[in-house]
Amino acid sequence: MSTIAAVNAAASPTRSAAPRTYRVTWVGVLRSELSKFLSLRSSWITLGLAMLFVVGFGIISAVRYNPADPTGGHFGATAPNSAVAIALGGQNFAQLAVGVLGVLFMAGEYSTGMIRSTLTAVPKRLPVLWSKAGILAIVVFVVGTVAVVVAFLGGQSSLTDTKLALSLSSSGVPAALLGAGGYFALVAVIGVALGALIRSTAGSIAALVTVLMLLPVLTDILPGNLGNDVSPYLPSNAGPAMFDLTRDSATTLSPGAGAAVFAGWALLALGAAAYRLKRTDA
Amino acid sequence: MIEIRQLVKRYGAKTAVDGLDFTVESGVVTGFLGPNGAGKSTTMRLIVGLDAPTSGSATVNGARYVEHRAPLQEMGTLLEAKSVHPGRSAYAHLRALSLTCGIPGRRVDEVLDLAGLSEVAHKRVGGFSLGMGQRLGVATALLGDPEVIMLDEPVNGLDPEGVVWIRNLLTGLAAEGRTVLISSHLMGEMALTAKNLIIIGRGKLLADTTVARFTAESGLEKVTVVCSDPATLRAALLGPDVSVTGEQGSERLEVTGLPARAIGIAAAEQGVAVYELTPQTPSLEEAFMALTEELVEYHGAGRAERNESAEHAEQTDHAEAIGRTK
Repeated sequence: MSTIAAVNAAASPTRSAAPRTYRVTWVGVLRSELSKFLSLRSSWITLGLAMLFVVGFGIISAVRYNPADPTGGHFGATAPNSAVAIALGGQNFAQLAVGVLGVLFMAGEYSTGMIRSTLTAVPKRLPVLWSKAGILAIVVFVVGTVAVVVAFLGGQSSLTDTKLALSLSSSGVPAALLGAGGYFALVAVIGVALGALIRSTAGSIAALVTVLMLLPVLTDILPGNLGNDVSPYLPSNAGPAMFDLTRDSATTLSPGAGAAVFAGWALLALGAAAYRLKRTDA
Repeated sequence: MIEIRQLVKRYGAKTAVDGLDFTVESGVVTGFLGPNGAGKSTTMRLIVGLDAPTSGSATVNGARYVEHRAPLQEMGTLLEAKSVHPGRSAYAHLRALSLTCGIPGRRVDEVLDLAGLSEVAHKRVGGFSLGMGQRLGVATALLGDPEVIMLDEPVNGLDPEGVVWIRNLLTGLAAEGRTVLISSHLMGEMALTAKNLIIIGRGKLLADTTVARFTAESGLEKVTVVCSDPATLRAALLGPDVSVTGEQGSERLEVTGLPARAIGIAAAEQGVAVYELTPQTPSLEEAFMALTEELVEYHGAGRAERNESAEHAEQTDHAEAIGRTK
């Protein structure tokens, strides 16, 4: 018996020696997407850039802070407790980097044709989207939080004895630093969702910039108080509320409410992306 | 086994696949032929679930591809368009796909070896030649050790050695009892590799036959006769379905519509000496061209202006003729 099996195996090298008990599983799709993420240079470059923006800008703005300047210098940090805001001096650039990371992770599959291989392996499709969003959310949350903490601690010595000074144990600081990490994670998820919705890398990045940076400008032209009423709920305002320790409660949501609203936006985008992924031809 | 039933796919106003109905059997290589734009690639996308059919169904081993527990194990696919991220290595590409359904890492090494890519396994795919990309596509298709293999233009870009490799690979896979469906524009290659044929044009089924039967029944079988008195023999052979051509002053005649045997008997009855009597089977290419020349969508301008309805009538005739003789 065994001789025959051996002969057959030798005669047909195309046959796998492995046992034939394969099955697509959640863990499998997660591992697959994680290995895809780790095996692309662009992932590391974009993630590294985001970290560099947070740490570099954060520390530089702390070092450059001059207590004698009544305007608070370049970052306008005049309010007490702005040490976290100073540490997040690079937030604008970093959010673009993590958003682009999300876009590349998803839209990159369409622009290269990889999506055909991916959906052939996982034809039910949605696990791919959830896995991509989940993996990126976790990776960016961890990396983003670490970067913000490093920026905060790195700038701390420059701010000692100023009215801005805060320490890790100050009230609200741990929550704000975690909030910043969470904000970056949700921006990455929005990037994934936009990538799945628009499928083109350039188009998705344009949409990302619009949502994060241009939308607030539009509310200025709304009539009367409408702009003021709507504005706190826009992603570009609700998101940063998650780590804002100097907020004006009339115009900014509380960190918890901001997190809920921003997560809502991310889920909305993800839901639309899921609909498009499932219902339209790849 | 792949079963296509009343499959229809419309993109807006254009019908890419129009009521296809055929079965791809296991144990043989089946060639999937048709002119550009006939709907071959669309049909393959429908089979693998990348596009959803407007109506009808396509099943692989008895169930829709999407419904299988481990789709890569049921069917391996190579689509014509590139389906790899150029920034990843061949190994990383295969590894990512294998992880989805728990295919072990050693199988990745196996298929890389099988495709002759072991040495470049850790190079970025972006730097691969067309042929190496094609080999990676075949490796991807074999990753799950599937019972069904569907390849769109697998020979594209391969060097002569690669062409022989894929021919032996595919006939070997079929000999193991697997279902092999391949499309190609290279008729000579198809004639060497495939046994069964599915031919479509403008999204419709034109023929579901075998290579041998298709060429034999193409109506292009000729017999070359060299004889002492071509004029007499010609007169004796001519009939309603028989055509005889030959040059003035030449002893050589080309006869279509009669078997060599009947020509030999006629010559004997007329007392004509026959020096040579050679049946000529048309190539797959000739038979294919004869079937599809009327409906090639993108051929030269002059012919495109033909009367549409006449074209359709001829198409139906062809399809019926082939259907009848099955």
